[in-house]
Amino acid sequence: MNDISPSPQEATSRPAAAQPGLTWQGCLLGMRMVMPFVPGILTFATVYGAAAAAKGLTLGETLAMSGIVYAGLSQMVILQIWAESWTLASLGTIAILTAAINARMILMGASLQPWLKHAPLPLNAVNLFLFTDQSWVIGLRHYESGGRDFGVLLGVGLLTWPLWVIAAVPGYLAGSSIGDPARFGLDLVIPIMFAIMLVPLWRGARPAVPWAVGGLAALIFSQLVGGYLYIVVGAVAGGLAGAFLPEKADD
Amino acid sequence: MIETISALPADVMVIAVMAVTTYLCRISGVLIMSVVNVTPPVERALKALPGSIILATVLPIVAKAGPGAVITLVIALAVMIWRRNDILALAAGLAFIVAWRSLGL
Repeated sequence: MNDISPSPQEATSRPAAAQPGLTWQGCLLGMRMVMPFVPGILTFATVYGAAAAAKGLTLGETLAMSGIVYAGLSQMVILQIWAESWTLASLGTIAILTAAINARMILMGASLQPWLKHAPLPLNAVNLFLFTDQSWVIGLRHYESGGRDFGVLLGVGLLTWPLWVIAAVPGYLAGSSIGDPARFGLDLVIPIMFAIMLVPLWRGARPAVPWAVGGLAALIFSQLVGGYLYIVVGAVAGGLAGAFLPEKADD
Repeated sequence: MIETISALPADVMVIAVMAVTTYLCRISGVLIMSVVNVTPPVERALKALPGSIILATVLPIVAKAGPGAVITLVIALAVMIWRRNDILALAAGLAFIVAWRSLGL
């Protein structure tokens, strides 16, 4: 192994890796690292607020959903099937659909577990309540560069949670979003930030073979089946490929 | 308000179901991995996970968003490889896609 940077699982043996801990500086670092996502979060929140108003939710319900569900895509999708009256069966549908959309977070959490296992339970409970796509990619970036500060995840959540909740208010009251997110490319912020993370993750072509398997599986699944489970399908396919394709011939 | 005591309003129930489901998704990956025996194959699977999640998220989005999004990601990746600077890479990608879309492409 002549790699100069660690993968999450090897990193404990690497001297550059810091001791796991929680600091205020880490919090501030997390807040700084999430800044590039803030315009997208604010815009998307106004889109959500407007959609919730159109569906007849009260302002209290709109903000409660943002505050305790705190998962934008699932909030938008459930709003699309929001009904005047609910049956017990539709509650089941809500649970299944929400789980399908957010199941990617199971795998994201698993991928950070080698780091998070060192955190006290209450801290993990809070950090995971606040866990988003942004938390994952920022946490991964921090971890890959040798950082172990749980404050980074906390800082991301402490900044984005109130912004996500509050920015729904103007959208709700105005009944429209503050602009088309796509015009400013805000719909591509998460794909870009995810994609450039591949650069620090890169360990050569061979370890990237499972990634390609996962990406292709997701692409094919999304084209043939659609829905929201394609990320999970791709992640599981990539993980299995990693498990069964040894990295080196003598492995 | 009496009926809200005997039975929660349906909308509140829906939001509660969503919240519980989402929180279970958020914690279960960490919980499951804390009881899984990390054998070498499991370790290799975990190691492959971040890159796989990234490509599994990005490729379907880009396939749907079209050639402008593909070029955007290529530019951002090139800048990231060149300068190793997240903000610069993001800015370059966004600058391109804003220009691309303002031209109506």
